[in-house]
Amino acid sequence: MSYKKTGRFDKRKADELRPIKMEVGVLPNCTGSARVKAGKTTAIAGVYGPKEVRPKHLQLNDKLLIRCYYDLISFSVTDRARPRPSRRSRELGLVIKNALEKSIFVEDYPKSMLEVFVEITEADAGSRCAAITAASLAVADAGIQMRDFVPAVAAGKIDDLICLDLTKEEEDVHDGGGATDIPVAYIPSIDEVTLLQLDGKISSKELIEAIKLGIKGCKKIHEMMGKTFKENYKIKAVKE
Amino acid sequence: MTKDMKNYILELAEKNKRNTGNRGLNDFRELKIETGISVNAEGSAKVQLGETIVIAGVKMDIGTPYPDTMNKGNLICTGELAPISDPDFEPGPPDSRAIELARVVDRGIRESDAVDFEKLCITEGEKVWNVYVDFYVLNNDGNLIDACGLAAIAALKVARMPKLNEEGKVVHGEWSKEKIPFKKIPIPTTFVKIGNHIMVDPDKDEEENLDARLTVTCSESEINALQKGGEGGLKLEEIELCLTKSFKIREKIVESIAKLKG
Repeated sequence: MSYKKTGRFDKRKADELRPIKMEVGVLPNCTGSARVKAGKTTAIAGVYGPKEVRPKHLQLNDKLLIRCYYDLISFSVTDRARPRPSRRSRELGLVIKNALEKSIFVEDYPKSMLEVFVEITEADAGSRCAAITAASLAVADAGIQMRDFVPAVAAGKIDDLICLDLTKEEEDVHDGGGATDIPVAYIPSIDEVTLLQLDGKISSKELIEAIKLGIKGCKKIHEMMGKTFKENYKIKAVKE
Repeated sequence: MTKDMKNYILELAEKNKRNTGNRGLNDFRELKIETGISVNAEGSAKVQLGETIVIAGVKMDIGTPYPDTMNKGNLICTGELAPISDPDFEPGPPDSRAIELARVVDRGIRESDAVDFEKLCITEGEKVWNVYVDFYVLNNDGNLIDACGLAAIAALKVARMPKLNEEGKVVHGEWSKEKIPFKKIPIPTTFVKIGNHIMVDPDKDEEENLDARLTVTCSESEINALQKGGEGGLKLEEIELCLTKSFKIREKIVESIAKLKG
């Protein structure tokens, strides 16, 4: 079976994103918050800070300390996920932090801390990417000085087809070359990739093609993030 | 003090020189691999990469398969940043660095089909082999991902299968003549970007001053795992450069693993 010939399960084009919905300022208690829905995958991000560093010994004297927590809600997946941080979520907290850090003017907030919490309420692949997009919007909503938004999306390969924004169904393909998942986060204004992971089997040439596709997808999401954000402040301005 | 170190590293990089080892930007430090360092492990290895020292061991027992891989054995990798190896490492449960280390090594072995996990299935859906690969850092001078990745793959390459008694239970301390069904050799290569320079096999000082990090794990002609680390970003051209270099470096290193015999 060739996915190049038959196309994708949901009839999307290879470079087509799932429908995305974004909302900013969804949780009143947070300094900043956002919800991102990509297809079925839903991430809610909330930010607290900048605030005093706790525990004290983690304090950085020259820049902001960013701590990220990724959490998969127990009923967000088909088999119940054990509530409590897993090894996977610990790693994802780290890669999300690494994806966001370059977008924030960390030097402007020495001796302070920013905590970013992401809850995945529905997981249908691409949850770390939705998490980064949501977290970046939440950081912006918190009024933290930023260079740019950080959009993220997974590129990948299903058997022989290089494509964008894989669903769980596509990730689980085992025939032929199987599925390869390549989450990418990209900051357009500095033209740098800040998240890049891969597991699967892919040649160098195909990988470069996939990363390029990922960057293209990120640029589209970036545009939407800007629009969502502006729209949000228009609504706020009218209300107040 | 770190600013000075960074400037020093950058000055050296201009001249294609490095902080440790007599080497250029694209060279590994001296690599020593020794196997059979443990009596009780199914397979074991010690890897020295410059002054970085790690040991890895393989243990096996019988377990149940995961629901999504009913016909395959299980791979469980854990990494310990032992406090003996670095004044900055503390005793206690693994922190996110240790978890990332273990998961990146795990992904390289799993996705490359280094071990034929289908052959490690005893009864489909009921009984399979659990393969535990544990690595311990004894001295940290940077690039733990590559050192642990190489130690893990070396330990698997030489590992023997435990003996089963008539009831199908593992007899501890005895081994059958069979070896673990080994297929491919994935080699991890870690690059760091400091300033505008990309260098391979970073030592501890280079890691402390990195802008971004990229680990590429490849087996033969395919790439099986990638992990970007560090707080900065990478340009597309820099990623392409790392990919090309990683295949060249693999060619140099793969022989030292391929020749290992249990």
